[in-house]
Amino acid sequence: MCLAVPVRIVSLDGDEAETEIAGVRRRVSIVFTPEAKVGDYVLLHTGYAIGVIDEAEAEETLKLLEEIASLSEVH
Amino acid sequence: MKFIDEYQDSKLARGLARKIAQRSTKTIRVMEFCGGHTHAILRYGIRQLVPKTVEMKSGPGCPVCVTATADLDKAIALAHLPDVVITTFGDMIRVPGSYSSLQKAKAEGADVRIVYSTIDAVGIAKANPGKSVIFIGIGFETTAPTIAASILKAQQEKIENFHVLSLNKLTPPVMKALLDSGEVKLDGIVCPGHVSVIIGSHPYEFIPRDYGVACVISGFEPLDILLCIDKLVEQIEKGEPKVEIAYSRGVKPEGNRKARQLMEEVFGIGEANWRGIGIVPHSGLKVRGKYERFDADKAFSVSPKPPREPKGCRCGDVIRGAATPLECKLFRKACTPESPVGPCMVSSEGACAAYYQYGTTENLQDF
Repeated sequence: MCLAVPVRIVSLDGDEAETEIAGVRRRVSIVFTPEAKVGDYVLLHTGYAIGVIDEAEAEETLKLLEEIASLSEVH
Repeated sequence: MKFIDEYQDSKLARGLARKIAQRSTKTIRVMEFCGGHTHAILRYGIRQLVPKTVEMKSGPGCPVCVTATADLDKAIALAHLPDVVITTFGDMIRVPGSYSSLQKAKAEGADVRIVYSTIDAVGIAKANPGKSVIFIGIGFETTAPTIAASILKAQQEKIENFHVLSLNKLTPPVMKALLDSGEVKLDGIVCPGHVSVIIGSHPYEFIPRDYGVACVISGFEPLDILLCIDKLVEQIEKGEPKVEIAYSRGVKPEGNRKARQLMEEVFGIGEANWRGIGIVPHSGLKVRGKYERFDADKAFSVSPKPPREPKGCRCGDVIRGAATPLECKLFRKACTPESPVGPCMVSSEGACAAYYQYGTTENLQDF
C-alpha cells in the first residue's frame, strides 16, 4: 500500500504531469509536489507524486555505501 | 531503473553486511514497521545476511491487515445497499470478513470495483451520477493525503455522489501503543520510508526520548535496509538512541508540508480500531464536519451483525510482532494465498504472504 516508485517527469500540465519509467508513461497528479520540474524524479504512489527525489542526497548515499563496503573489506 | 538498480548491488550488500557484523556485539531485536519492508527483507534474504545478533520482527505496517473485521463487515454491508458502487484498492476485496468478503458480495451482484488511485474513484462517481460511489479509505500517512485530495476534488467539481469510508490510520500513535504494551521488547525500529516522505522524521522523536528505542527511517531497496540496520546497530551499540534518516533521497526532516496541509484540511484525528491491537486513541483519521457530505459514515447507515474472528487465525499476533506466521497452525495448511483465512495472507504487504512467497522448507527456520 505504501509502495512508491521513482518516475521521471516528462512534461507538466497544471497540477498534473506526464511521467515515464522503463518506457511506460503515466499521467500523475502533482498537487503535493508543486515544485516538481521537468526532468525531476518523483516518488509515485497511487497516481500521486508524493515527493521529489533529491539527486544530490542519492549520490551522497551511494558514495557512503561504497565507502562502507570498501572499508569493511580492509579489516 | 534509476534510483532502484544502484541500491541492489550485491557486492556492496555483502560489504555492508560485513560492516554490520563487525560492529554488532550485543544481541538486539529490531522491528520493521512497514509491510513493504517485510517483503523486501524476506525477498532479498536480509535476515540471512545480517549477523545472528540482530533479531528482526515484522510489525503492523500493512493497512489491509490492520483493518478491523468490524470495519470490513461495514464495507461489505455498504456494498449490498441499492445503487451503491464500492471502489477499493485491490487487496481489500479478498479479505474474509465475519460472514462474507467484498469479492463474495460482488459475486452476489454488488457493484465492487478495484481502483489504482482515488482519482479513478472520483472519475467513476462523475461518470455515474445516479449511483453513490463509496471509496474504502484504508492506508497510513502515505495514502491519506491522496484520499484528502479526492474529497477536495469532489467538492471542487461538485461531485456529490462521491463518499469515503475513512479507515485511515496513523503510524506514530500505534508505535506508542505497541511500546506501551511491552509485549514485544524492542531495541530499534526500522521506520517506514514512504510514510516518512509525508510526516518527516520529527514525529518519531518521542520514541528514543521516552522509550530509549533507536529509530532509523529506511528506503525499500536491499542496500537501503542494510544501511538502516547498520545505523540502528551503531546507535544501540553506543547506547545513544535517536531518529536518523537512512533514506535521504526521499525523506526530509520536515516531510511534505503541502501533502500534510491537505490531509489536515480534510481530516481530524480520532480513535481507530486496529486488528489484533484494538482501539488506539488518536490513531485514526475522521472526515471533518466541513466535508461531512462526503463521509460515508454520515451519509449511510448500516448495521452489520457483531463481528466474528476466523477460528485459529493468528493475524492479530502476527501484526503485533508477538508471533511469526510459522507459529500459526493454519499457515501453509488451511491458509494459503489461494484460500486465505486472514488478511496477512491476502495482502501483498502481509507478513504471512511474504513468508509464503519467499520461504522454502530449508530457509523458513531462519526467518
